[in-house]
Amino acid sequence: MAMTRKKQRTTMIVGGLVVLGIAVAIIATALKDTIVFFYTPTEVAEKSISPTTRFRLGGLVEKGSVKRGEGTTVSFTVTDNAQTINVQYTGTLPDLFREGQGVVTEGKLDRAGTFIADSVLAKHDENYMPKEVADSLKKQGYWKHTEDEKKQPES
Amino acid sequence: MITETGHFALVLAFALALFQTIVPMYGAAKNDRSFMATASPAALAQFALVSLSFASLTYAYLSSDFSIKNVYANSHSAKPLIYKISGVWANHEGSLLLWVLILTLFGAAVAVFSNNLPQSLKARVLAVQGSISTAFLGFILLTSNPFERLSPSPIEGTGMNPMLQDPALAIHPPLLYAGYVGLSVSFSFAIAALLEGKVDAAWARWVRPWTLAAWMFLTIGIALGSWWAYYELGWGGWWFWDPVENASFMPWLVATALLHSAVVVEKRNALKVWTILLAILAFSLSLVGTFIVRSGVLTSVHAFASDPERGVFILAILCFFVGGSLALYAWRAPILKAGGIFAPLSREGSLVINNLFLAVAAFAVLTGTLFPLVYEALTGGKISVGPPFFNPVFGMLIIPLLLLVPLGPLLSWKRADVLGAMQRLWAAAAISVLVALLVMIFKERGPWAAPLGIALGIWLIVGSLTELAVRTKFLRAPFGTFLSRLKGLPGAAIGMALAHAGVGVMVIGIVAITAWKVEKIVVLKEGASITVAGSKVTFVSETKGEGPNYSAETGRFDITVDGKFITTLYSEKRAFRPSGQPTTEVGIHPYWSGDLYVVMGDAIKTGGRTVRVYFNPLAPLIWFGPLIMFIGGMFSLFDRRYRVGAPKRAKQAVMQPAE
Repeated sequence: MAMTRKKQRTTMIVGGLVVLGIAVAIIATALKDTIVFFYTPTEVAEKSISPTTRFRLGGLVEKGSVKRGEGTTVSFTVTDNAQTINVQYTGTLPDLFREGQGVVTEGKLDRAGTFIADSVLAKHDENYMPKEVADSLKKQGYWKHTEDEKKQPES
Repeated sequence: MITETGHFALVLAFALALFQTIVPMYGAAKNDRSFMATASPAALAQFALVSLSFASLTYAYLSSDFSIKNVYANSHSAKPLIYKISGVWANHEGSLLLWVLILTLFGAAVAVFSNNLPQSLKARVLAVQGSISTAFLGFILLTSNPFERLSPSPIEGTGMNPMLQDPALAIHPPLLYAGYVGLSVSFSFAIAALLEGKVDAAWARWVRPWTLAAWMFLTIGIALGSWWAYYELGWGGWWFWDPVENASFMPWLVATALLHSAVVVEKRNALKVWTILLAILAFSLSLVGTFIVRSGVLTSVHAFASDPERGVFILAILCFFVGGSLALYAWRAPILKAGGIFAPLSREGSLVINNLFLAVAAFAVLTGTLFPLVYEALTGGKISVGPPFFNPVFGMLIIPLLLLVPLGPLLSWKRADVLGAMQRLWAAAAISVLVALLVMIFKERGPWAAPLGIALGIWLIVGSLTELAVRTKFLRAPFGTFLSRLKGLPGAAIGMALAHAGVGVMVIGIVAITAWKVEKIVVLKEGASITVAGSKVTFVSETKGEGPNYSAETGRFDITVDGKFITTLYSEKRAFRPSGQPTTEVGIHPYWSGDLYVVMGDAIKTGGRTVRVYFNPLAPLIWFGPLIMFIGGMFSLFDRRYRVGAPKRAKQAVMQPAE
């Protein structure tokens, strides 16, 4: 089977497209099944999220809310200064976990509305605020400004 | 004064880079030798100026000159010497300066080592290098000046992020940048070839060492970053599919593809158009990586405080280079002459499959990394894409490729006897099946697929060495023949076998830690103990101490196996001055079978500490594999046939069309 240049190119292009097509199908299916949504406490309060849905909860760790229970379970409250959610986590917290600081946790709600987190995201930089948390706090701040109508938001 | 000199040198370097972009390019277009000849001196002078600038910033760090904002914000007089030096690049401005320093170093290296290049090609390569320098020097001078002064000058600095105060992380950025930026040379060669309208075997041989060097630096840089995350972040993870990690992994995948496709250009004068595209994409992904890391558009566990305004500037640079090069590609690539013909079942065919899978895998990683950004732009919703996406998708796309790796090198060029090649691999296949069975019998738990994963690793190792065994007549000829043949093997052949075997070693490490990791989290009071995977870990005592720039609480853990004392591990909680930022130091004891990994957690009010103990089976193989790949790269780089300045073998290569 002598290959001509044209035949060779066609084989490669068809083969390439087949693999790419399969890959796109795999990627699309996997994305649909595995994306995890990020919500703020306000969004959690507004939506009714089923206990089977995994999501990320982000906000500030409320001051004075961190309580250590028996063993390695820790509970704390995540707030966006409008709503709060109780979070329970078993394990050791990252070094940069602190009251009053931004945090992102991942897990599910239980029936009582407590967020059972299986991971608390660690950051490498104490000045760093998770982008989602920063955005949602900005939104909150902006919202307060307009309600007060005392100050125009600074640009 | 020294600071002003550094700043001034940077401005001069910018002007020179602009000159280096325009004059040699014009000279090459007009075939003016004197204009083209300016490229090399310009590249050398530019490197000297950026070095001077970098040295003056380093001096400011060493002398703790806090009148410079960058030093004030990232250093502290009590910091150990090594971290005063690494502090130079442990921040945005300094790391960009390092980026440009390495870029100009590569430019200077091209100027020095490429005397056998046609003058117009060399002039164009250096001009493209100059344009990249211009963009990044402009970026530094306009948005990220590391020499900005503070007035009045503070007495003490605010310190450097303590997590970065680590030997591995001190050298991780320079290595990674050498990889990223090294790909700029392949990029420049690709652009220059498009402008010249000619790609041939000689071109492929000229690009080869640069791509290989960049690939080696990327390999070892990524591995070092992963190792750091493993022992520093304190939960035994080694890869998180985090945007910042993906940013370095995508160029690696494409650079790996490029290394393989360039072989086809060199040996068979085929796949030219595709190779050029890969060279453009590899560096483009390096720029995407720089953008992702420096702009903070994506949420990342590795993200450091970043500035969106600068992100826009990098995005503009990115669009210019990626858009410009792809436009040039679309315009000029069709004039490249098509090369040799090959059957689908051939060495070329196997390298095409390699490229296809690597490119598609890189595409999958890119999609997963950027999807949250696209989703937010389209719907406003915030999502994250993590390991549940990347692990299965990447696995499905890469495992077929890994299965085929041992076969490829045994196929002949043009048209191959696949059955014959498979017969040569029977021993490798038999050993792999045997290992799979043994693992299946002796494992006590873990997923059913794990033995297959281990077998895949063995298949890669033994299969890759099979090619060497075939070439040296191992066990088929007297030992003396084998030895003399082994000595006569070209470095590139040994390098390839080692690199492929290194992948196998890494696969075994990854499979073992994923399938059989043991994790225990308990509260231990002093004197109490816990047994994990046969090791009894006793929390002996807790002491307070002082380091050079931190205070520490140190937990002492004695490890015994069956009552026999093995070692003492220490895990520390450190609070760094001046910020008070805490870090955790992990205690690790490497057994042959894997790492025992002990982390002291927070103090509990009722007494004691949370303690996490992991047993990570065969974990060191994850980084040992890339080290073998790196060593393979060294063998290949120093292959005497490719040595810089080696006599040309153009006559032996495919005949080149007359100009």
